[in-house]
Amino acid sequence: MFANLLRLYQLPRLVLQAPPIRALSTSEPRFKLDACNLYEKLKFEFDEENKKRAEFLISTYPEPERRGALLPLLDLAQRQHGWLPITAIQAVAEMLKLEPFVVWEVANFYTMFNLRPIGMFRLKVCMTTPCRLRGCDEIWRTCENVLKLKDGETSKDMQFTLTATYCMGACVNGPVIAVNDDLYEDLDVPETEKLLSELKSGIMPPAGPRRDRFASEPRSGLTSLLTEPPSAGFGMQELSPKAKPC
Amino acid sequence: MIRAPLVKALGALGSPTHQIASRAVRTSAVLAQTPAKAPEKIEVFVDDIPVMVLPGTTVLQAAAEVGVEIPRFCYHERLAVAGNCRMCLVEVEKSPKPVAACAMPVMKGWRIKTNSDLTRKAREGVMEFLLMNHPLDCPICDQGGECDLQDQAMAFGSDRSRFTDINYTGKRAVEDKDIGPLVKTVMTRCIHCTRCVRFASEIAGVDDLGTTGRGNDMQIGTYVEKLFLTELSGNVIDLCPVGALTNKPYSFVARPWEIRKVDSIDVLDAVGSNIVVSTRTNEVLRILPRENEDVNEEWLADKSRFACDGLKRQRLVAPMVRMPNGELQAVEWEGALIAVAKALQKAKGQVAGIAGQLADVEAMVALKDLVNRLDGELLVTEQDFIKGSGIEVRSSYLLNSTIAGLEQADAVLLVGTNPRYEAPLVNTRLRKAYVHNELQIASIGPKIDLSYQHNNLGADPNLVKDVCNGSHAFSKVLEGAKKPAIIIGVDVLERPDGAAIHATISEYCKKLKKPDWNPFNVLHNSASQVGAFDVGYQPGIQAVLQAQPKVLFLLNADAGKVTRDQLPKDCFVVYIGSHGDNGASIADAVLPGAAYTEKQAIYVNTEGRPQQTLPGVSPPGMAREDWKILRALSEVVGKPLAYDNLDELRARLESLAPHLTRLGELQPASGGESVAKPSISISSTPIDVKQKELRDYFMTDAISRASPTMAKCISAVNKQQRQDEARRCAAV
Repeated sequence: MFANLLRLYQLPRLVLQAPPIRALSTSEPRFKLDACNLYEKLKFEFDEENKKRAEFLISTYPEPERRGALLPLLDLAQRQHGWLPITAIQAVAEMLKLEPFVVWEVANFYTMFNLRPIGMFRLKVCMTTPCRLRGCDEIWRTCENVLKLKDGETSKDMQFTLTATYCMGACVNGPVIAVNDDLYEDLDVPETEKLLSELKSGIMPPAGPRRDRFASEPRSGLTSLLTEPPSAGFGMQELSPKAKPC
Repeated sequence: MIRAPLVKALGALGSPTHQIASRAVRTSAVLAQTPAKAPEKIEVFVDDIPVMVLPGTTVLQAAAEVGVEIPRFCYHERLAVAGNCRMCLVEVEKSPKPVAACAMPVMKGWRIKTNSDLTRKAREGVMEFLLMNHPLDCPICDQGGECDLQDQAMAFGSDRSRFTDINYTGKRAVEDKDIGPLVKTVMTRCIHCTRCVRFASEIAGVDDLGTTGRGNDMQIGTYVEKLFLTELSGNVIDLCPVGALTNKPYSFVARPWEIRKVDSIDVLDAVGSNIVVSTRTNEVLRILPRENEDVNEEWLADKSRFACDGLKRQRLVAPMVRMPNGELQAVEWEGALIAVAKALQKAKGQVAGIAGQLADVEAMVALKDLVNRLDGELLVTEQDFIKGSGIEVRSSYLLNSTIAGLEQADAVLLVGTNPRYEAPLVNTRLRKAYVHNELQIASIGPKIDLSYQHNNLGADPNLVKDVCNGSHAFSKVLEGAKKPAIIIGVDVLERPDGAAIHATISEYCKKLKKPDWNPFNVLHNSASQVGAFDVGYQPGIQAVLQAQPKVLFLLNADAGKVTRDQLPKDCFVVYIGSHGDNGASIADAVLPGAAYTEKQAIYVNTEGRPQQTLPGVSPPGMAREDWKILRALSEVVGKPLAYDNLDELRARLESLAPHLTRLGELQPASGGESVAKPSISISSTPIDVKQKELRDYFMTDAISRASPTMAKCISAVNKQQRQDEARRCAAV
């Protein structure tokens, strides 16, 4: 049985092979699969609910263009399983009647599809210029120290994966950490520690800025747009009763 | 990545609604390409030269119209536009940044500057990026001397390098892939133009190749460790602009400036692909395709390309005569010719000739004249066909729609043929029509993989009757089509009821006929067949076996259909041909002839196009051109033939069949197929084809049977199949 499993394990040439370490985010999580739970980890099937969702997604595309549903389906699979094992690639390919390689090409291209197992919380710390100016290096060090992980590593209990990424488009509120789908903004060292300890205890704190301001409003209060915005139709020409649409 | 054909391949198992929907999409795509009214041309300026082009023309095509060639790597006119190499960047006036010429449609009044400072700088920059990760191994690279990257780096690159590897990290290196015995890969040299990926998915119809990774880590490869095995795999070698994919049998053999190139014709199938034979020191080194829009476009099938090493093996180099102890012994020409002449004189007119797959028209005419002079009449082809009046009209044995014409067909019925392996380059035309022209294809015969979606109607020959009397559903499709075509394979016409099938279909084709379109097609698989019928040979060896001749000529007849025990004991068998194969092994006298790369000879392809091969090398040892052997023999027998050189022989050809000497031209065959109703009716034996799988494709004639490369291909296919089975078992 293990021989077969191992063959399955070797099937995708690159899934578990380390890519050359180049960029910040492409280094491999130092994570070893336990041979015994390997089969369970690699098995993937859409559950009933997601099958319905998938069918709906596919039905929104005209039949010859159904490969348009490729990205949503891969996302669905990743949400169900946490990451994309090769069996998920096969399942999506089967559903869209595509060659598995075509699905693999796409899944392999986007960095937000994880082709290796990752932790429950995937922490992405922004390391781009605006965040760096606001002190993301310290945030990064705090994460490393608290979680005892290096870039791209996953903790043994499969709770955390720590990666450094590039701009996530929340520069006004830097430094920023993304945890799975949510952004935690305006961080400093104590806030980061607090965030991490909350995550460790399994709580997802509310997303958004961690300092007393709403979204990206200035901390000193509003400086413009101080009055209520005028109602809809403001400044439009008065319509004569004749031209009024019935 | 653009993959238009793949979208359609999705629907392989599609529902009827899907088929309608997909057809609607395809129709709209076609409509978009060909609007009802010719649109007005717009004027653009390429380097200040005004040119009028149709809207939608790309910058690169507009430049080509005034003769300005823009450098490119990823763009190829027969493949979808990818636009990822960026080498074709040019400056357009008032555009803030350079545009990719291959993908950008021109707008009215654009002034394109293909040689401005900005353009040159852009090219130099792109070239610098490409070369940064390209190894400096030109001295050991097989592409050296015919490499696009080399040429363009010379023309457009910088004269010095900024690449200083102060940390000694090395350039990007990529593991080589094993994709089969024909294509050698050195993936570090790859510049990711994706031409091979697009060729595989668009032209060959196999989605085996693709890209993995992104950015610097991008690689071309296969999904699982897999061989890239198709009948067209060699073409990726020509497409590859660098030395990443090279010819494996030819690796480290020669440099392009050392070789002599001779334009010739391929004879290993009946397509008559145009080729260039590369030779050096009287040795054929490799074969490349030559562009001919009417025949092979610019592709070449693998057998035609790689079987050339069979020309050096199993060759007959000296005349041989069978000794009383039963062994063939090499003798001088004089002795061999006298031995044959003696037998001919004893035969008293009981002489017959069989022309095989590789026989050229000149030799066949010489043999015919010789046999006729000796009062013999039996001249047949080894490949069987329908008997009787079936071949009296030329159009009844030709591919009348023409190879290029099949591209325009919109409904095709294949009867007992597998064009994918019998004529791979006809199949690419069908695939092209399927992709771009909403061609609907149905087949009668076994279930086979044609690389495109088709409707297998079944293997029952009575389906032919159903379709032809209009009661089958597919008849409606054929009758409603603008350019319908029915392609019959020769395997069907070999059957005892072949004549009945032929007659039924030709009768039906009269109904389908359009003023400038003949839907009746026969797809041959031996290069000599059409030429043989043109000069008056009869099909099938049965007539010869019944006549029990005293002397039998085998002209390149190597298929092994004639065996010694079918012939009378005292029959003297003379083999004339190039390879020691089935024919030579049963012969009493072996007269070594020339292979197709060694003679100037005419072959007629399946659409009836006469083309000539030219000698690239001289025949080995004592071998001579086939017609010269027959001419010499006629002298010894005392009935000399009336021609002493090729011109005189060609004049004789012209008197026999005038179209044969109009080389390269297609003589439209007059319409009106045979009307004689055959006495036999269609039996119920299922229709079968001989070449069903890739492994059946590689060895079909004396040359490819002698080729070690073809043997490697077969073992590679077998190995791949074993691996696939093992993988399937593991998955279960």
